[in-house]
Amino acid sequence: MPNVMIRKEADGALSCYIAKKDLEEAVVAIEFDEPERWGGEIELADGTCYYIEPLSEQPQLPKTMRARRA
Amino acid sequence: MSMDKAETQALISEVLEVYPDKAKKDRQKHLTANDTDAAGKKCVTANRKSLPGVMTARGCAYAGSKGVVWGPIKDMIHISHGPVGCGQYSRAGRRNYYTGTTGVNSFGTMNFTSDFQERDIVFGGDKKLSTIVDEIETLFPLHKGISIQSECPVGLIGDDIEAVAKVKGKEIGKTIVPVRCEGFRGVSQSLGHHIANDTLRDYVLDKSEEKEIETTPYDVAIIGDYNIGGDAWSSRILLEEIGLRVVAQWSGDGTIAELENGPKVKLNLIHCYRSMNYISRHMEEKYGVPWMEYNLFGPTKCEESLRKIAAFFDETIQAKAEEVIAKYRQQWEPIVAKYKPLLEGKKVMLYVGGLRPRHVIGAYEDLGMEIVGTGYEFAHNDDYTKTIPEVKDATLIYDDVTGYELEKFAEQLKPDLIGAGVKEKYIFQKMGVPFRQMHSWDYSGPYHGFDGFAIFARDMDMTLNNPCWDKLTAPWKKPAVEEAMVVNG
Repeated sequence: MPNVMIRKEADGALSCYIAKKDLEEAVVAIEFDEPERWGGEIELADGTCYYIEPLSEQPQLPKTMRARRA
Repeated sequence: MSMDKAETQALISEVLEVYPDKAKKDRQKHLTANDTDAAGKKCVTANRKSLPGVMTARGCAYAGSKGVVWGPIKDMIHISHGPVGCGQYSRAGRRNYYTGTTGVNSFGTMNFTSDFQERDIVFGGDKKLSTIVDEIETLFPLHKGISIQSECPVGLIGDDIEAVAKVKGKEIGKTIVPVRCEGFRGVSQSLGHHIANDTLRDYVLDKSEEKEIETTPYDVAIIGDYNIGGDAWSSRILLEEIGLRVVAQWSGDGTIAELENGPKVKLNLIHCYRSMNYISRHMEEKYGVPWMEYNLFGPTKCEESLRKIAAFFDETIQAKAEEVIAKYRQQWEPIVAKYKPLLEGKKVMLYVGGLRPRHVIGAYEDLGMEIVGTGYEFAHNDDYTKTIPEVKDATLIYDDVTGYELEKFAEQLKPDLIGAGVKEKYIFQKMGVPFRQMHSWDYSGPYHGFDGFAIFARDMDMTLNNPCWDKLTAPWKKPAVEEAMVVNG
Protein backbone atom coordinates (compact mmCIF):
# COMPACT_ATOMS: atom_id res chain seq x y z
CA MET A 1 0.00 0.00 0.00
CA PRO A 2 2.27 2.81 -1.11
CA ASN A 3 1.47 6.50 -0.82
CA VAL A 4 1.11 8.07 -4.22
CA MET A 5 0.83 11.72 -5.10
CA ILE A 6 -1.43 12.57 -8.01
CA ARG A 7 -0.72 15.90 -9.62
CA LYS A 8 -2.12 17.85 -12.53
CA GLU A 9 0.69 18.92 -14.88
CA ALA A 10 0.77 22.27 -16.67
CA ASP A 11 -0.68 20.64 -19.80
CA GLY A 12 -3.63 19.23 -17.85
CA ALA A 13 -2.47 15.60 -17.85
CA LEU A 14 -2.29 13.70 -14.58
CA SER A 15 1.00 12.44 -13.22
CA CYS A 16 1.69 10.05 -10.41
CA TYR A 17 4.61 10.18 -8.01
CA ILE A 18 5.42 7.20 -5.82
CA ALA A 19 7.67 8.43 -3.02
CA LYS A 20 8.71 4.96 -1.88
CA LYS A 21 10.03 4.06 -5.32
CA ASP A 22 11.05 7.61 -6.13
CA LEU A 23 9.23 7.13 -9.40
CA GLU A 24 7.39 9.67 -11.45
CA GLU A 25 5.16 8.55 -14.29
CA ALA A 26 2.39 9.96 -16.43
CA VAL A 27 -1.09 8.58 -15.77
CA VAL A 28 -2.41 7.17 -19.04
CA ALA A 29 -5.78 5.95 -17.85
CA ILE A 30 -8.04 6.52 -14.85
CA GLU A 31 -11.19 4.50 -14.23
CA PHE A 32 -13.51 7.20 -12.82
CA ASP A 33 -13.01 10.85 -13.64
CA GLU A 34 -16.48 12.29 -13.10
CA PRO A 35 -17.74 15.16 -10.91
CA GLU A 36 -19.18 12.73 -8.29
CA ARG A 37 -16.76 9.89 -8.62
CA TRP A 38 -12.99 9.98 -8.90
CA GLY A 39 -10.35 7.28 -8.59
CA GLY A 40 -10.49 3.55 -9.14
CA GLU A 41 -7.88 1.84 -11.22
CA ILE A 42 -5.14 4.02 -12.65
CA GLU A 43 -2.63 2.95 -15.27
CA LEU A 44 0.82 4.50 -15.52
CA ALA A 45 2.93 5.05 -18.62
CA ASP A 46 5.29 2.21 -17.64
CA GLY A 47 2.39 -0.27 -17.65
CA THR A 48 1.87 -0.70 -13.89
CA CYS A 49 -1.62 -0.36 -12.45
CA TYR A 50 -2.71 0.91 -9.05
CA TYR A 51 -6.08 1.04 -7.37
CA ILE A 52 -7.23 4.11 -5.46
CA GLU A 53 -10.41 3.86 -3.40
CA PRO A 54 -12.88 6.00 -5.42
CA LEU A 55 -13.68 9.39 -3.89
CA SER A 56 -17.15 10.92 -3.97
CA GLU A 57 -15.88 14.19 -5.43
CA GLN A 58 -13.02 15.59 -7.52
CA PRO A 59 -10.00 15.95 -5.23
CA GLN A 60 -7.98 19.12 -4.84
CA LEU A 61 -4.76 18.18 -6.67
CA PRO A 62 -1.95 17.61 -5.91
CA LYS A 63 -2.97 15.12 -3.26
CA THR A 64 -1.22 12.25 -1.56
CA MET A 65 -3.35 9.14 -1.18
CA ARG A 66 -3.10 5.47 -0.46
CA ALA A 67 -3.01 3.14 -3.41
CA ARG A 68 -2.60 -0.57 -3.82
CA ARG A 69 -1.34 -2.58 -6.70
CA ALA A 70 -4.15 -3.61 -9.04
CA MET B 1 29.29 14.40 -38.63
CA SER B 2 26.19 12.97 -37.10
CA MET B 3 25.41 9.32 -36.76
CA ASP B 4 22.14 7.58 -37.49
CA LYS B 5 20.40 5.27 -35.05
CA ALA B 6 21.81 2.08 -36.51
CA GLU B 7 25.37 3.38 -36.21
CA THR B 8 24.82 4.45 -32.61
CA GLN B 9 23.31 1.05 -31.78
CA ALA B 10 26.25 -0.66 -33.47
CA LEU B 11 28.62 1.39 -31.34
CA ILE B 12 26.76 0.38 -28.18
CA SER B 13 26.90 -3.32 -29.13
CA GLU B 14 30.59 -3.07 -29.95
CA VAL B 15 31.41 -1.51 -26.59
CA LEU B 16 29.29 -4.02 -24.68
CA GLU B 17 31.06 -6.92 -26.38
CA VAL B 18 33.66 -7.35 -23.63
CA TYR B 19 31.18 -7.89 -20.81
CA PRO B 20 30.01 -11.30 -19.61
CA ASP B 21 26.47 -12.11 -20.83
CA LYS B 22 24.70 -11.17 -17.63
CA ALA B 23 26.47 -7.84 -17.33
CA LYS B 24 25.90 -7.14 -21.01
CA LYS B 25 22.17 -7.71 -20.61
CA ASP B 26 22.06 -5.36 -17.66
CA ARG B 27 24.13 -2.58 -19.20
CA GLN B 28 22.21 -2.76 -22.48
CA LYS B 29 19.17 -1.30 -20.72
CA HIS B 30 21.12 1.78 -19.68
CA LEU B 31 22.40 2.73 -23.12
CA THR B 32 20.43 3.88 -26.12
CA ALA B 33 20.31 6.02 -29.23
CA ASN B 34 17.95 8.96 -28.77
CA ASP B 35 14.62 8.54 -30.50
CA THR B 36 12.78 11.85 -30.68
CA ASP B 37 9.63 10.12 -31.93
CA ALA B 38 9.42 8.18 -28.70
CA ALA B 39 9.01 11.30 -26.55
CA GLY B 40 7.13 10.52 -23.37
CA LYS B 41 7.92 6.81 -23.57
CA LYS B 42 10.47 4.86 -21.63
CA CYS B 43 13.96 5.63 -22.85
CA VAL B 44 16.54 3.93 -20.66
CA THR B 45 16.47 2.18 -17.31
CA ALA B 46 17.65 4.54 -14.62
CA ASN B 47 18.16 4.73 -10.87
CA ARG B 48 19.29 1.12 -10.55
CA LYS B 49 22.15 -0.34 -8.55
CA SER B 50 25.51 -0.10 -10.32
CA LEU B 51 27.00 -3.34 -11.58
CA PRO B 52 29.55 -4.83 -9.17
CA GLY B 53 33.05 -4.69 -10.60
CA VAL B 54 32.65 -1.72 -12.89
CA MET B 55 33.97 1.77 -12.26
CA THR B 56 31.08 4.09 -11.49
CA ALA B 57 31.25 7.82 -10.86
CA ARG B 58 28.32 7.82 -8.46
CA GLY B 59 28.38 9.18 -4.94
CA CYS B 60 26.58 8.10 -1.77
CA ALA B 61 23.56 9.26 0.21
CA TYR B 62 25.82 11.23 2.57
CA ALA B 63 27.22 13.10 -0.44
CA GLY B 64 23.68 13.91 -1.57
CA SER B 65 22.59 15.19 1.81
CA LYS B 66 25.64 16.86 3.32
CA GLY B 67 27.42 17.81 0.13
CA VAL B 68 24.45 18.97 -1.90
CA VAL B 69 21.34 19.90 0.03
CA TRP B 70 22.37 20.72 3.62
CA GLY B 71 25.99 21.75 3.21
CA PRO B 72 25.44 25.13 1.50
CA ILE B 73 23.14 26.43 4.28
CA LYS B 74 25.69 28.81 5.66
CA ASP B 75 24.53 29.75 9.14
CA MET B 76 24.05 26.19 10.31
CA ILE B 77 26.79 23.84 11.40
CA HIS B 78 26.73 20.49 9.65
CA ILE B 79 28.37 17.76 11.70
CA SER B 80 29.77 14.86 9.69
CA HIS B 81 28.89 12.26 12.30
CA GLY B 82 31.21 9.30 11.96
CA PRO B 83 34.84 8.77 10.90
CA VAL B 84 36.81 11.82 9.84
CA GLY B 85 37.36 11.07 6.15
CA CYS B 86 33.89 11.63 4.68
CA GLY B 87 33.77 15.21 5.91
CA GLN B 88 37.39 16.06 5.28
CA TYR B 89 37.60 14.81 1.70
CA SER B 90 34.37 16.55 0.72
CA ARG B 91 35.16 19.78 2.55
CA ALA B 92 34.46 22.88 0.42
CA GLY B 93 35.05 20.89 -2.76
CA ARG B 94 31.78 21.93 -4.31
CA ARG B 95 32.55 25.66 -4.13
CA ASN B 96 29.18 26.77 -2.78
CA TYR B 97 29.99 30.46 -2.38
CA TYR B 98 28.48 32.52 0.42
CA THR B 99 28.79 35.90 2.08
CA GLY B 100 29.62 36.12 5.76
CA THR B 101 32.55 35.67 8.10
CA THR B 102 33.62 32.05 8.18
CA GLY B 103 33.86 30.76 11.73
CA VAL B 104 31.79 33.60 13.15
CA ASN B 105 28.38 33.64 11.50
CA SER B 106 28.93 31.36 8.48
CA PHE B 107 30.40 27.89 8.44
CA GLY B 108 30.24 26.70 4.84
CA THR B 109 33.88 25.84 4.23
CA MET B 110 34.58 24.41 7.68
CA ASN B 111 34.59 20.75 8.55
CA PHE B 112 32.89 19.62 11.75
CA THR B 113 33.22 15.92 12.51
CA SER B 114 32.81 13.58 15.44
CA ASP B 115 35.96 11.70 14.30
CA PHE B 116 34.82 8.20 15.31
CA GLN B 117 37.39 5.92 16.92
CA GLU B 118 37.16 2.21 17.69
CA ARG B 119 35.80 3.06 21.15
CA ASP B 120 32.87 4.98 19.62
CA ILE B 121 31.99 2.06 17.39
CA VAL B 122 32.03 -0.32 20.37
CA PHE B 123 30.27 1.87 22.95
CA GLY B 124 28.24 4.12 20.63
CA GLY B 125 28.79 7.74 19.71
CA ASP B 126 25.77 9.44 21.26
CA LYS B 127 27.69 10.84 24.23
CA LYS B 128 30.33 12.21 21.91
CA LEU B 129 27.63 13.86 19.84
CA SER B 130 26.21 15.66 22.89
CA THR B 131 29.70 16.86 23.78
CA ILE B 132 30.14 18.17 20.25
CA VAL B 133 26.90 20.12 20.45
CA ASP B 134 28.08 21.69 23.74
CA GLU B 135 31.48 22.53 22.25
CA ILE B 136 29.88 24.11 19.17
CA GLU B 137 27.62 26.19 21.39
CA THR B 138 30.66 27.47 23.31
CA LEU B 139 32.98 28.06 20.38
CA PHE B 140 30.52 29.29 17.74
CA PRO B 141 27.64 30.91 19.63
CA LEU B 142 26.34 32.73 16.52
CA HIS B 143 25.35 29.56 14.67
CA LYS B 144 21.63 29.28 13.96
CA GLY B 145 21.25 25.52 14.08
CA ILE B 146 22.98 22.17 13.69
CA SER B 147 22.42 19.31 11.31
CA ILE B 148 23.76 15.85 12.10
CA GLN B 149 24.80 14.12 8.89
CA SER B 150 25.21 10.40 9.60
CA GLU B 151 28.00 8.46 7.98
CA CYS B 152 27.76 4.69 7.42
CA PRO B 153 28.90 3.40 10.87
CA VAL B 154 26.24 5.42 12.71
CA GLY B 155 23.53 3.44 10.98
CA LEU B 156 25.38 0.15 11.35
CA ILE B 157 25.81 0.41 15.12
CA GLY B 158 22.32 1.85 15.63
CA ASP B 159 23.04 5.12 17.40
CA ASP B 160 19.98 7.14 18.36
CA ILE B 161 20.89 10.53 16.92
CA GLU B 162 17.24 11.61 16.93
CA ALA B 163 17.13 11.37 20.73
CA VAL B 164 20.35 13.37 21.10
CA ALA B 165 19.02 16.00 18.69
CA LYS B 166 15.79 16.32 20.64
CA VAL B 167 17.40 16.64 24.07
CA LYS B 168 20.21 18.96 23.03
CA GLY B 169 17.95 21.05 20.80
CA LYS B 170 15.73 21.81 23.78
CA GLU B 171 18.79 22.58 25.87
CA ILE B 172 20.38 25.10 23.51
CA GLY B 173 17.08 26.37 22.07
CA LYS B 174 18.15 25.99 18.43
CA THR B 175 17.10 23.70 15.61
CA ILE B 176 19.04 20.43 15.55
CA VAL B 177 18.26 18.20 12.59
CA PRO B 178 19.23 14.53 12.66
CA VAL B 179 19.70 13.33 9.07
CA ARG B 180 19.75 9.58 8.48
CA CYS B 181 21.82 9.85 5.30
CA GLU B 182 24.18 6.90 5.87
CA GLY B 183 26.17 6.30 2.72
CA PHE B 184 24.98 2.75 2.14
CA ARG B 185 21.38 3.83 1.64
CA GLY B 186 20.10 3.74 -1.91
CA VAL B 187 21.94 3.33 -5.18
CA SER B 188 23.41 6.81 -5.52
CA GLN B 189 23.44 10.29 -4.00
CA SER B 190 19.88 10.68 -5.25
CA LEU B 191 18.40 9.04 -2.16
CA GLY B 192 20.50 11.39 -0.03
CA HIS B 193 18.73 14.32 -1.68
CA HIS B 194 15.40 12.72 -0.89
CA ILE B 195 16.29 12.05 2.75
CA ALA B 196 17.63 15.59 3.14
CA ASN B 197 14.44 17.03 1.65
CA ASP B 198 12.34 14.95 4.04
CA THR B 199 14.29 16.25 7.04
CA LEU B 200 13.92 19.82 5.76
CA ARG B 201 10.20 19.18 5.70
CA ASP B 202 9.99 17.59 9.14
CA TYR B 203 12.46 19.70 11.12
CA VAL B 204 12.43 23.09 9.41
CA LEU B 205 9.13 23.69 7.62
CA ASP B 206 6.81 21.90 10.04
CA LYS B 207 8.24 23.82 12.97
CA SER B 208 8.04 27.24 11.39
CA GLU B 209 4.37 27.25 10.45
CA GLU B 210 3.35 30.02 12.84
CA LYS B 211 6.11 32.30 11.61
CA GLU B 212 4.73 35.44 9.93
CA ILE B 213 6.58 37.55 7.39
CA GLU B 214 5.66 40.61 5.37
CA THR B 215 4.79 39.40 1.91
CA THR B 216 4.45 41.01 -1.50
CA PRO B 217 2.65 39.62 -4.57
CA TYR B 218 6.05 39.07 -6.21
CA ASP B 219 7.75 36.80 -3.68
CA VAL B 220 9.63 33.87 -5.15
CA ALA B 221 12.15 31.33 -3.88
CA ILE B 222 15.13 29.99 -5.83
CA ILE B 223 15.15 26.25 -5.22
CA GLY B 224 17.90 23.83 -6.18
CA ASP B 225 20.56 26.41 -6.92
CA TYR B 226 23.66 25.71 -4.87
CA ASN B 227 25.54 28.90 -5.77
CA ILE B 228 28.44 27.01 -7.31
CA GLY B 229 30.99 29.64 -8.25
CA GLY B 230 28.27 32.24 -7.59
CA ASP B 231 25.52 30.76 -9.81
CA ALA B 232 22.64 31.72 -7.55
CA TRP B 233 23.81 35.33 -7.45
CA SER B 234 23.92 35.67 -11.22
CA SER B 235 20.41 34.14 -11.35
CA ARG B 236 19.08 36.25 -8.52
CA ILE B 237 19.97 39.58 -10.12
CA LEU B 238 17.97 38.64 -13.21
CA LEU B 239 14.91 37.74 -11.17
CA GLU B 240 15.23 40.93 -9.14
CA GLU B 241 15.63 43.00 -12.29
CA ILE B 242 12.33 41.75 -13.67
CA GLY B 243 10.68 42.93 -10.46
CA LEU B 244 10.45 39.80 -8.34
CA ARG B 245 11.49 39.60 -4.71
CA VAL B 246 13.69 36.61 -3.95
CA VAL B 247 12.76 35.60 -0.41
CA ALA B 248 14.77 32.41 -0.09
CA GLN B 249 17.67 30.61 -1.70
CA TRP B 250 17.57 26.82 -1.32
CA SER B 251 20.27 26.24 -0.44
CA GLY B 252 23.27 28.04 -2.00
CA ASP B 253 24.16 31.06 0.17
CA GLY B 254 20.97 30.25 2.10
CA THR B 255 20.16 30.61 5.78
CA ILE B 256 17.77 28.68 7.97
CA ALA B 257 15.61 31.80 8.36
CA GLU B 258 15.17 31.91 4.57
CA LEU B 259 14.15 28.28 4.49
CA GLU B 260 11.53 28.94 7.15
CA ASN B 261 10.08 31.67 4.92
CA GLY B 262 9.85 29.20 2.04
CA PRO B 263 6.16 28.29 2.30
CA LYS B 264 5.10 31.96 2.26
CA VAL B 265 6.26 32.66 -1.32
CA LYS B 266 4.00 32.93 -4.36
CA LEU B 267 6.07 30.72 -6.63
CA ASN B 268 8.91 28.28 -6.18
CA LEU B 269 11.45 28.34 -8.99
CA ILE B 270 13.31 25.05 -9.32
CA HIS B 271 16.64 24.86 -11.05
CA CYS B 272 17.92 21.44 -9.98
CA TYR B 273 14.77 19.39 -10.21
CA ARG B 274 16.45 16.13 -9.26
CA SER B 275 17.63 17.22 -5.82
CA MET B 276 14.80 19.47 -4.66
CA ASN B 277 11.57 18.43 -6.37
CA TYR B 278 10.58 16.62 -3.16
CA ILE B 279 10.31 19.73 -1.02
CA SER B 280 8.61 21.62 -3.85
CA ARG B 281 5.98 18.92 -4.15
CA HIS B 282 5.45 19.05 -0.41
CA MET B 283 5.03 22.83 -0.42
CA GLU B 284 2.62 22.59 -3.33
CA GLU B 285 0.43 20.04 -1.60
CA LYS B 286 0.55 21.43 1.91
CA TYR B 287 0.84 25.20 1.44
CA GLY B 288 -0.48 25.54 -2.12
CA VAL B 289 2.72 27.10 -3.47
CA PRO B 290 3.05 26.26 -7.18
CA TRP B 291 6.46 25.45 -8.62
CA MET B 292 8.05 25.90 -11.99
CA GLU B 293 11.21 24.55 -13.54
CA TYR B 294 13.52 27.02 -15.23
CA ASN B 295 16.89 26.98 -16.96
CA LEU B 296 19.41 29.81 -16.95
CA PHE B 297 22.17 28.28 -19.06
CA GLY B 298 22.80 30.18 -22.29
CA PRO B 299 20.92 33.22 -23.64
CA THR B 300 18.25 31.27 -25.56
CA LYS B 301 17.16 29.36 -22.46
CA CYS B 302 17.53 32.43 -20.23
CA GLU B 303 15.14 34.42 -22.41
CA GLU B 304 12.74 31.51 -22.62
CA SER B 305 12.79 31.02 -18.84
CA LEU B 306 12.44 34.70 -17.98
CA ARG B 307 9.38 34.91 -20.24
CA LYS B 308 7.95 31.74 -18.71
CA ILE B 309 8.45 33.05 -15.17
CA ALA B 310 7.05 36.46 -16.07
CA ALA B 311 3.97 34.87 -17.64
CA PHE B 312 3.05 33.61 -14.18
CA PHE B 313 2.85 37.18 -12.86
CA ASP B 314 1.10 40.35 -14.08
CA GLU B 315 1.85 42.66 -17.01
CA THR B 316 4.27 44.94 -15.16
CA ILE B 317 6.58 41.96 -14.62
CA GLN B 318 6.13 40.82 -18.22
CA ALA B 319 7.01 44.29 -19.52
CA LYS B 320 10.06 44.44 -17.27
CA ALA B 321 11.15 40.98 -18.42
CA GLU B 322 11.11 42.18 -22.02
CA GLU B 323 13.18 45.22 -21.00
CA VAL B 324 15.71 43.03 -19.24
CA ILE B 325 15.91 40.67 -22.21
CA ALA B 326 16.50 43.60 -24.58
CA LYS B 327 19.12 45.08 -22.26
CA TYR B 328 21.10 41.88 -21.98
CA ARG B 329 20.86 41.14 -25.66
CA GLN B 330 23.41 43.89 -26.19
CA GLN B 331 25.64 42.15 -23.72
CA TRP B 332 25.46 38.61 -25.07
CA GLU B 333 25.31 39.17 -28.82
CA PRO B 334 28.95 40.35 -29.02
CA ILE B 335 29.96 37.29 -26.96
CA VAL B 336 28.30 34.93 -29.41
CA ALA B 337 29.83 36.89 -32.30
CA LYS B 338 33.28 36.51 -30.76
CA TYR B 339 33.22 32.88 -29.67
CA LYS B 340 30.89 31.21 -32.16
CA PRO B 341 33.42 31.30 -35.02
CA LEU B 342 35.98 29.68 -32.70
CA LEU B 343 33.67 26.91 -31.45
CA GLU B 344 31.18 26.29 -34.24
CA GLY B 345 30.63 22.69 -35.24
CA LYS B 346 32.65 21.25 -32.33
CA LYS B 347 31.31 18.06 -30.79
CA VAL B 348 30.64 17.76 -27.07
CA MET B 349 30.07 14.75 -24.84
CA LEU B 350 28.49 15.30 -21.45
CA TYR B 351 28.29 13.13 -18.38
CA VAL B 352 27.21 15.00 -15.28
CA GLY B 353 24.85 14.53 -12.33
CA GLY B 354 21.11 14.88 -12.40
CA LEU B 355 20.33 18.07 -14.26
CA ARG B 356 23.13 19.52 -16.34
CA PRO B 357 23.25 16.84 -19.04
CA ARG B 358 20.07 18.45 -20.35
CA HIS B 359 20.26 21.99 -18.94
CA VAL B 360 23.61 23.04 -20.43
CA ILE B 361 22.78 21.80 -23.94
CA GLY B 362 21.19 25.16 -24.82
CA ALA B 363 24.33 27.05 -23.85
CA TYR B 364 26.50 24.84 -26.08
CA GLU B 365 24.06 25.16 -28.95
CA ASP B 366 24.08 28.95 -28.63
CA LEU B 367 27.80 28.72 -29.39
CA GLY B 368 27.13 26.50 -32.39
CA MET B 369 28.40 23.34 -30.72
CA GLU B 370 26.82 19.93 -31.12
CA ILE B 371 26.03 17.40 -28.38
CA VAL B 372 27.01 13.90 -29.52
CA GLY B 373 26.45 12.07 -26.25
CA THR B 374 24.87 12.84 -22.91
CA GLY B 375 24.06 10.98 -19.74
CA TYR B 376 23.42 11.22 -16.05
CA GLU B 377 25.05 9.69 -13.01
CA PHE B 378 21.95 9.42 -10.86
CA ALA B 379 18.92 10.59 -12.84
CA HIS B 380 15.51 8.94 -12.70
CA ASN B 381 13.24 7.99 -15.59
CA ASP B 382 11.54 11.41 -15.65
CA ASP B 383 14.88 13.13 -16.27
CA TYR B 384 15.43 11.03 -19.38
CA THR B 385 11.89 11.78 -20.55
CA LYS B 386 12.79 15.47 -20.33
CA THR B 387 16.11 14.93 -22.10
CA ILE B 388 14.71 13.29 -25.25
CA PRO B 389 13.34 16.50 -26.82
CA GLU B 390 16.54 18.43 -25.95
CA VAL B 391 18.97 16.36 -28.01
CA LYS B 392 19.03 15.40 -31.67
CA ASP B 393 17.88 12.07 -33.00
CA ALA B 394 20.38 9.20 -32.66
CA THR B 395 22.45 11.00 -30.02
CA LEU B 396 24.06 8.51 -27.68
CA ILE B 397 22.42 8.44 -24.24
CA TYR B 398 24.02 6.63 -21.33
CA ASP B 399 22.89 6.14 -17.75
CA ASP B 400 25.41 5.58 -14.93
CA VAL B 401 28.04 4.94 -17.60
CA THR B 402 31.04 2.91 -16.47
CA GLY B 403 34.61 4.18 -16.77
CA TYR B 404 35.32 1.65 -19.50
CA GLU B 405 32.24 2.49 -21.57
CA LEU B 406 32.79 6.24 -21.40
CA GLU B 407 36.39 5.86 -22.52
CA LYS B 408 35.37 3.63 -25.44
CA PHE B 409 32.56 5.97 -26.47
CA ALA B 410 34.98 8.89 -26.44
CA GLU B 411 37.46 6.95 -28.57
CA GLN B 412 34.80 6.20 -31.18
CA LEU B 413 32.79 9.41 -31.18
CA LYS B 414 35.96 11.55 -31.08
CA PRO B 415 34.37 14.54 -29.31
CA ASP B 416 36.22 17.86 -29.34
CA LEU B 417 35.27 18.49 -25.73
CA ILE B 418 34.11 16.38 -22.81
CA GLY B 419 32.23 17.80 -19.85
CA ALA B 420 32.10 15.49 -16.85
CA GLY B 421 33.32 15.21 -13.28
CA VAL B 422 36.71 15.24 -11.63
CA LYS B 423 36.96 11.43 -11.70
CA GLU B 424 36.91 11.51 -15.50
CA LYS B 425 38.94 14.66 -15.92
CA TYR B 426 42.51 13.40 -15.80
CA ILE B 427 41.82 10.24 -17.82
CA PHE B 428 40.54 12.26 -20.74
CA GLN B 429 43.19 14.94 -20.46
CA LYS B 430 45.82 12.22 -20.63
CA MET B 431 44.03 10.83 -23.68
CA GLY B 432 44.48 14.27 -25.23
CA VAL B 433 40.82 15.28 -25.18
CA PRO B 434 39.98 18.80 -23.99
CA PHE B 435 37.95 18.51 -20.81
CA ARG B 436 35.83 20.73 -18.56
CA GLN B 437 34.79 19.66 -15.09
CA MET B 438 31.08 20.48 -15.21
CA HIS B 439 30.15 19.77 -11.58
CA SER B 440 31.85 22.79 -10.04
CA TRP B 441 32.85 24.55 -13.28
CA ASP B 442 36.55 23.67 -13.05
CA TYR B 443 37.30 26.36 -10.45
CA SER B 444 35.53 28.93 -12.64
CA GLY B 445 31.95 30.17 -12.81
CA PRO B 446 29.30 31.36 -12.43
CA TYR B 447 27.70 29.91 -15.57
CA HIS B 448 24.07 30.83 -14.82
CA GLY B 449 22.40 33.85 -16.38
CA PHE B 450 23.65 36.24 -19.04
CA ASP B 451 26.69 37.19 -16.98
CA GLY B 452 27.54 33.54 -16.52
CA PHE B 453 27.25 32.84 -20.24
CA ALA B 454 30.16 35.23 -20.93
CA ILE B 455 32.34 33.19 -18.56
CA PHE B 456 31.04 29.91 -19.98
CA ALA B 457 31.91 30.91 -23.56
CA ARG B 458 35.38 32.11 -22.54
CA ASP B 459 36.07 28.90 -20.61
CA MET B 460 34.99 26.63 -23.45
CA ASP B 461 37.18 28.52 -25.91
CA MET B 462 40.10 28.57 -23.47
CA THR B 463 39.90 24.80 -23.04
CA LEU B 464 39.11 23.72 -26.56
CA ASN B 465 41.46 26.00 -28.46
CA ASN B 466 44.28 25.73 -25.98
CA PRO B 467 47.64 25.37 -27.80
CA CYS B 468 48.64 22.54 -25.43
CA TRP B 469 46.55 19.98 -27.35
CA ASP B 470 49.00 20.17 -30.29
CA LYS B 471 51.95 19.51 -28.03
CA LEU B 472 50.98 16.03 -26.87
CA THR B 473 53.52 14.25 -29.09
CA ALA B 474 57.15 14.74 -28.09
CA PRO B 475 59.14 16.62 -30.77
CA TRP B 476 61.45 13.62 -31.38
CA LYS B 477 58.43 11.35 -31.92
CA LYS B 478 56.87 13.53 -34.58
CA PRO B 479 57.10 12.15 -38.14
CA ALA B 480 60.31 13.15 -39.91
CA VAL B 481 58.44 14.67 -42.85
CA GLU B 482 57.19 17.53 -40.79
CA GLU B 483 60.69 18.29 -39.56
CA ALA B 484 62.08 18.34 -43.09
CA MET B 485 59.40 20.80 -44.03
CA VAL B 486 60.37 23.06 -41.17
CA VAL B 487 64.04 22.98 -42.19
CA ASN B 488 63.25 23.71 -45.81
CA GLY B 489 60.60 26.23 -45.05
